[in-house]
Amino acid sequence: MNDLVLDNGIVWLTIFILSVFVGVEVISKVSSTLHTPLMSGANAIHGVILLGAILVTGTAEGTVATVVGLVAIVLAAINMVGGFLVTDRMLQMFTRKKKPAAVAAAGAEKSGDA
Amino acid sequence: MPTWAQLVYLVCAVCFILALKGLSGPKTARTGNLIGAAAAVVACALPFFYVDDMQNLGLILPAIALGSVGGAFGAQRVQMTQMPQMVALFNGVGGGAAALVALLELEHMVDAEAHGGVPAFYLVATAFTVVVGSVSFSGSVVTFAKLQDLITSRPVTFPGLPVVFGGALVAALVLSVLVVNEPAMLLGIVLGLLGLSIGVLLVLPVGGADVPIVISLLNAFTGLTVAAGGYVLQNTLLLVAGTLVGAAGTFLTLLMAGAMGRSVTNILFGALKGGSTLGGGEASDRPVRSAGPEDAAIMLNFAERVIIVPGYGLAVAQAQHTLRELVDLLQSRGIEVDYAIHPVAGRMPGHMNVLLAEAQVPYEQLKEMDDINGDFKDADVVLVVGANDVVNPAAKTTPGAPIYGMPILNADEAKAVIFMKRSMRPGFAGIENELLFDERTTLLFGDAKESMSKLLKAVEAL
Repeated sequence: MNDLVLDNGIVWLTIFILSVFVGVEVISKVSSTLHTPLMSGANAIHGVILLGAILVTGTAEGTVATVVGLVAIVLAAINMVGGFLVTDRMLQMFTRKKKPAAVAAAGAEKSGDA
Repeated sequence: MPTWAQLVYLVCAVCFILALKGLSGPKTARTGNLIGAAAAVVACALPFFYVDDMQNLGLILPAIALGSVGGAFGAQRVQMTQMPQMVALFNGVGGGAAALVALLELEHMVDAEAHGGVPAFYLVATAFTVVVGSVSFSGSVVTFAKLQDLITSRPVTFPGLPVVFGGALVAALVLSVLVVNEPAMLLGIVLGLLGLSIGVLLVLPVGGADVPIVISLLNAFTGLTVAAGGYVLQNTLLLVAGTLVGAAGTFLTLLMAGAMGRSVTNILFGALKGGSTLGGGEASDRPVRSAGPEDAAIMLNFAERVIIVPGYGLAVAQAQHTLRELVDLLQSRGIEVDYAIHPVAGRMPGHMNVLLAEAQVPYEQLKEMDDINGDFKDADVVLVVGANDVVNPAAKTTPGAPIYGMPILNADEAKAVIFMKRSMRPGFAGIENELLFDERTTLLFGDAKESMSKLLKAVEAL
């Protein structure tokens, strides 16, 4: 039994360490232009603690525990939903600029025709 | 947990990796964010399908709805200038949620302990989650208050703060050992309260200009909290997601601190060592050269090369749209115009790019500091709008200055500088800017939006 627990612990440790390297590696080439949306997006990802909040509230017994769990759910949902939406709002602005350029080009063509 | 559910969690974990990867490139960022959001939604829906006998279902669903509506409301309503405090707030509530989850889990462990013991490492992770989650929550709230001007953005210290701070840390450590030794709810709650006070004490002494770094650091803290919470709950997805954010957030923090020429320790504890992270913050009455919009318009109109240095003040005054019109006009007259973006322009690294993108400034006109710094010596006019610290030569010349060592935009090398300013008040870092008193500098006083409209009209009239 002890061996089993130890193995289990090593597996968790392995996942943890590998995730550290992956986390650093995937964002290591980010340009400073994207620092703000990246921070905001990463912030939204840890909002997945909502999952944890749902799990503990789903097994909570007693009024106090349930209320605490529900508060955790509300807070985590704010983090997750708000985080992803606000990141998308920011990124929308980065991608939208292609359209005005395209519209301007189309407009220039039209005026050229005329 | 059924195998299929574990596999879905694995897919979600991979999606989070792809999300971060996507977010770090301009073309893939939006897709990346959507992948992350989809994975998060799927992950949170999963328990409803595999947990047998889920309690409180009738309360859980409304709570999720309530939080989602609240988050969506905040996300839609926030102005782009207030983005940093919004991120801080979202981060804080996430940390708070993690701490509460760990407290509830501690309650289960107290019961389990009576029936034969809990492995010590679960308790260590639980204590960690409670403390660091609370730090993240209260620290983020103080950060929010600072950026929202609810409290002063200057560093707040008091004699003995290092002792109180150190004492709180030691107390948290001792209590954690006690909790691991013999889990008890009361100890857990006291740990949470200690965490809250540590968070406040950690952020109060940080000066306004450094607050963005702290947001990023607290973001990494919350990530690690969620990771520890994942271990406590034996949920691999939470472990992976939290660790990814913790690692990426820590790396990002170091990257940002590097862009400001500061070390993280200096940012956090600089004020405690006596040397304040801010200067005096007093306006000087030394003579300056000021002019009206007409004079500035002539300078701009007869220049060949103009560089714009935008700062947070521009966005606060909502003058970025008028600025874009001015730049378009100058360009139509054959003048070469670029925007020089300092990495920490705005209140958060990369913030200025977001603000200018909102005004639909073409991406190609935004030049990063390293690309444009060599061009300043050829510039006929540099127009500084609502920026200050990022062109302060003290960063190069005054070793004692709080911003000494921060790379700056070389506006001081240009042939002429026009400074749009509300008043002679120093910038966010609270130190006087020598460039304001330079004989090549012309000041244009007034609200950025008003001055910018007048300037635009004056250029149009020429």
